[in-house]
Amino acid sequence: MTEPLLSVAKLSVNFNKNQPVVDDISFFIYPGETFALVGESGSGKSITALSVLRLLPNNAHLEATSISLQGENLLKLSELGLCKIRGRRIGLIFQDPMSSLNPVMTIGDQVAEAIQQHYSLSKSETQQRILELLQQVELPESKQRIKDFPHQLSGGQRQRVMIAIALAGKPDLLIADEPTTSLDVTIQAQILTLLKNIQQQTSMALWLISHDLALVSTIADRVAVMQHGKIVETAHSAELFSKAQHPYTQKLLNALPSMQSCLEHCAEEQSTLLQVNDFHCYYPIHKGLFKRIVGYVRAVDGVSFAIQKGKTLALVGESGCGKTTLGKSLLNLIPSTSGSVKIDGVALDGLKGEQLRKQRANMQIVFQDPFSSMNPRMLVGDIISEGINALHPDVNAVERKERVQQLLQHVGLPEDAALRYPHEFSGGQRQRICIARALAVRPKLIVCDEPTSALDVSVQAQIIRLLKDLQKEQGISYLFITHDLAVVAEIADDVAVMYQGKIIEQGSVEQVLFKPQHAYTKKLISAVPVLKYNNDSQKKTGIVL
Amino acid sequence: MTLLWTDALILLLLLATISIAFYLHDKEHIQRPLNKIARSKVGMASLVVLLFFLLIGLLDSIHFNATQEKNNDIISLLDYFATPLREHTEKTYSAPFATTLYSKEMIAKAGAMQWDYPRLVFGGNHLENPEKEQLPDVLLKAGLGFLIGLALFTALMLLSAGVSYLKQGSVPQFFAMHPAVSTLFVIIVISAVLGYLSLYYHVLGTDKVGEDVFYQAIKSIRTGLVIGTLTTLIMLPLAILFGILAGFFRGWVDDVIQYLYTTLNSIPGVLLIAASVLMVQVYMANHEDQFTSVIVRADMRLLFLCMILGVTSWTGLCRLLRAETLKLREMEYVQAAYALGVKQHAILLRHILPNVMHIVLISVVLDFSSLVLAEAVLSYINIGVDPTMYSWGNMINGARLEMAREPIVWWSLSAAFVFMFALVLAANLFADVVQDAFDPRGAGNEVIE
Repeated sequence: MTEPLLSVAKLSVNFNKNQPVVDDISFFIYPGETFALVGESGSGKSITALSVLRLLPNNAHLEATSISLQGENLLKLSELGLCKIRGRRIGLIFQDPMSSLNPVMTIGDQVAEAIQQHYSLSKSETQQRILELLQQVELPESKQRIKDFPHQLSGGQRQRVMIAIALAGKPDLLIADEPTTSLDVTIQAQILTLLKNIQQQTSMALWLISHDLALVSTIADRVAVMQHGKIVETAHSAELFSKAQHPYTQKLLNALPSMQSCLEHCAEEQSTLLQVNDFHCYYPIHKGLFKRIVGYVRAVDGVSFAIQKGKTLALVGESGCGKTTLGKSLLNLIPSTSGSVKIDGVALDGLKGEQLRKQRANMQIVFQDPFSSMNPRMLVGDIISEGINALHPDVNAVERKERVQQLLQHVGLPEDAALRYPHEFSGGQRQRICIARALAVRPKLIVCDEPTSALDVSVQAQIIRLLKDLQKEQGISYLFITHDLAVVAEIADDVAVMYQGKIIEQGSVEQVLFKPQHAYTKKLISAVPVLKYNNDSQKKTGIVL
Repeated sequence: MTLLWTDALILLLLLATISIAFYLHDKEHIQRPLNKIARSKVGMASLVVLLFFLLIGLLDSIHFNATQEKNNDIISLLDYFATPLREHTEKTYSAPFATTLYSKEMIAKAGAMQWDYPRLVFGGNHLENPEKEQLPDVLLKAGLGFLIGLALFTALMLLSAGVSYLKQGSVPQFFAMHPAVSTLFVIIVISAVLGYLSLYYHVLGTDKVGEDVFYQAIKSIRTGLVIGTLTTLIMLPLAILFGILAGFFRGWVDDVIQYLYTTLNSIPGVLLIAASVLMVQVYMANHEDQFTSVIVRADMRLLFLCMILGVTSWTGLCRLLRAETLKLREMEYVQAAYALGVKQHAILLRHILPNVMHIVLISVVLDFSSLVLAEAVLSYINIGVDPTMYSWGNMINGARLEMAREPIVWWSLSAAFVFMFALVLAANLFADVVQDAFDPRGAGNEVIE
């Protein structure tokens, strides 16, 4: 076997001498291979990458026997010496392309900065090299784009520029820390293909850090699974995904939502709960001194659909397609422009003030981000009882307290949670509190706005199970807004696909996922990363597309 | 008993604070941060210092007509306790602990006129031969003062231990050296030593007209507290109300409020302050029958100064609060509250207001110190508090000339500096602790599972 490119031996990192975040891990990366480090949030995978380049925050404490790059011990290098390694021999791509580019520099200058750091080239040579790099990352119209500022580019294009910067030093190893997490599925697929292509052209090693097992299975040669700061299992991709040894890996694989799960749904007709007809939601564009309206952003542009009692309609689309706007304006959190909304026979459009407030109990919402959706200065008990206070003022204090306890029990939280603050809970627990808050006013419909996309896979599976159980018990309907087609298969009865403010395809879940009619739906489905290796023990068969 | 305007407001403020404390004392989620403050060493130590300043300020806020005095002079409880300090006036400057004046004069000595430093009327007049006896005498008196302080402290401790023994059946752990207790000890001992010494000496010297500087510095505490708290009290409602309304409702409400504070901001504050202070003076000159005593006049001027300072200084905080509210109103918990049918005023009070309180607290404490300083600056151009009123500002203003004098008179400035420093530092430290304790996301506030 060849000499490893990067070898890390017995690496531990702790913060302020507390419990180690990375706990005594060792691994190798061989030249030219794709190595993936997989784990849930907080497992220490990013910290591992940062400690190799010694980019840790000041209060971190690092211990290791050796971290060597082609036999050169990085631990013994001075800060100055390490600067010659960073960017030149090891490139790094961060997760968020929005904040990792400097907004006041043109992208050309930012790439040039990275080039000049390691090579002394003349001005024209630098220009030549910038163009080469931008073409290498397949940035469209790269010649004209050199003078663009980051805000003029889309998320995927920015990530391409980030990759170009990382490639500027012609590194032997490229560390990609969740490079596609904040991107849409179709763009994610493009970026991954790009990374794979570049790797084949330049024969550098790629170290991919991700939480997404399905994505990793499509690209990685070897995979290491990390849990609580420890590497629990390292294996070749094929081996790991077909017969996982460690129980944690098996648990992760089991928690993965699969497209097949929708086939078990039974379809029985129910009466209609929510009827939406020709719904529009425009944002006016103001300009000039008197804020004249010069045009509209058509966020939701003529949408019609219906949800049956006790059923789930999934609203699928990429970011910016107007699905969140639709969800919020159904609840009148954003004013709608025109269209009719009828819930349980009551028309909601045109209602104002007190009348509208009284109808609020019918529809509730659960948001995407469990961190910003609860007032940090209120006790959980008060958060849950707020809706009861507002909509059922006749309920007395004792009953209200009982009801809060019941709700906490329903969503699987301990009783003493009522007297604690939201920040004392984990992301999944917080999402449970949000669900309890929505349930408190006994709604008929809950709009779930990407409720699981900020959560880890295993937690996501729990929340979906909770939502399904609640639906079975209480007959609630869901409008489930998501970008994740696999989750749709797990929970939805019907699917509507949204693109640029319009619903382009809707139907039952099997029909849309397996017999898509519209070209966009087909593209969307083909971009979803699916576990590449058949996993017989888990009885999941990925669709090979 | 005579009730001045500012006295009434201070007492009202005190009553309000006590009733709020009473209302909150059995609320569990308020108890938690309070316990955290109680556990904080810095917090408790600075609280003791603050309370001590507050006590002096309160003593100085209970005024009555001293009948035995000649003209209908109004004095406060503090003046009453500090009668010796108040009445021991010299001719002009004298240094701390001096027995002679700071400048030479022609004096009659053994029948002949001599150019020498004359003896003080009160400072060290019990000494026969000051040059030899002064140092041992000061040390002896300081020692006696220390013993008095020690006795006072012990008595206080025994009293509180006794009370808690009767109430709970156990002696609290005061006697472990808690920082609050040791701060209390230091304060009591220092005040006892200084108090006892000042019966015989001018511990911080005397000023130009021979008044005791220690007395001036103590009297200035009330002025500082009044300016700090009353101004804040006037400023806060304006800033919070306008800031939150502008940020929350946007639209024309926002436009009007922004227009208001932009206009107010573009007028130099000094101009407004000068105008209103002059107006009050004219009013008082025209209605002399209502303002018979110097103290009432000075008090009226102080009140108006507080008001106009409050009216001119709310804009900065208002701007901050508007920006924060703009951010908060888009938060998902506010939208969730809308979805739950919560009324707008409840959303404002429950979701917006508590989440901007940290900004309010920080800027109030920062403003407190800058207000005390602003008073000094305004005294400089004669539109601050009444020149007859004791204030650190007036002391610093006077020190302008003293610093230029040869030899230099340093004690007025130093006294004002030390007292101001102690008050502002204690307020800053305490506010830090309070803010940490009331932020549920702060470190150490988690309930450990």
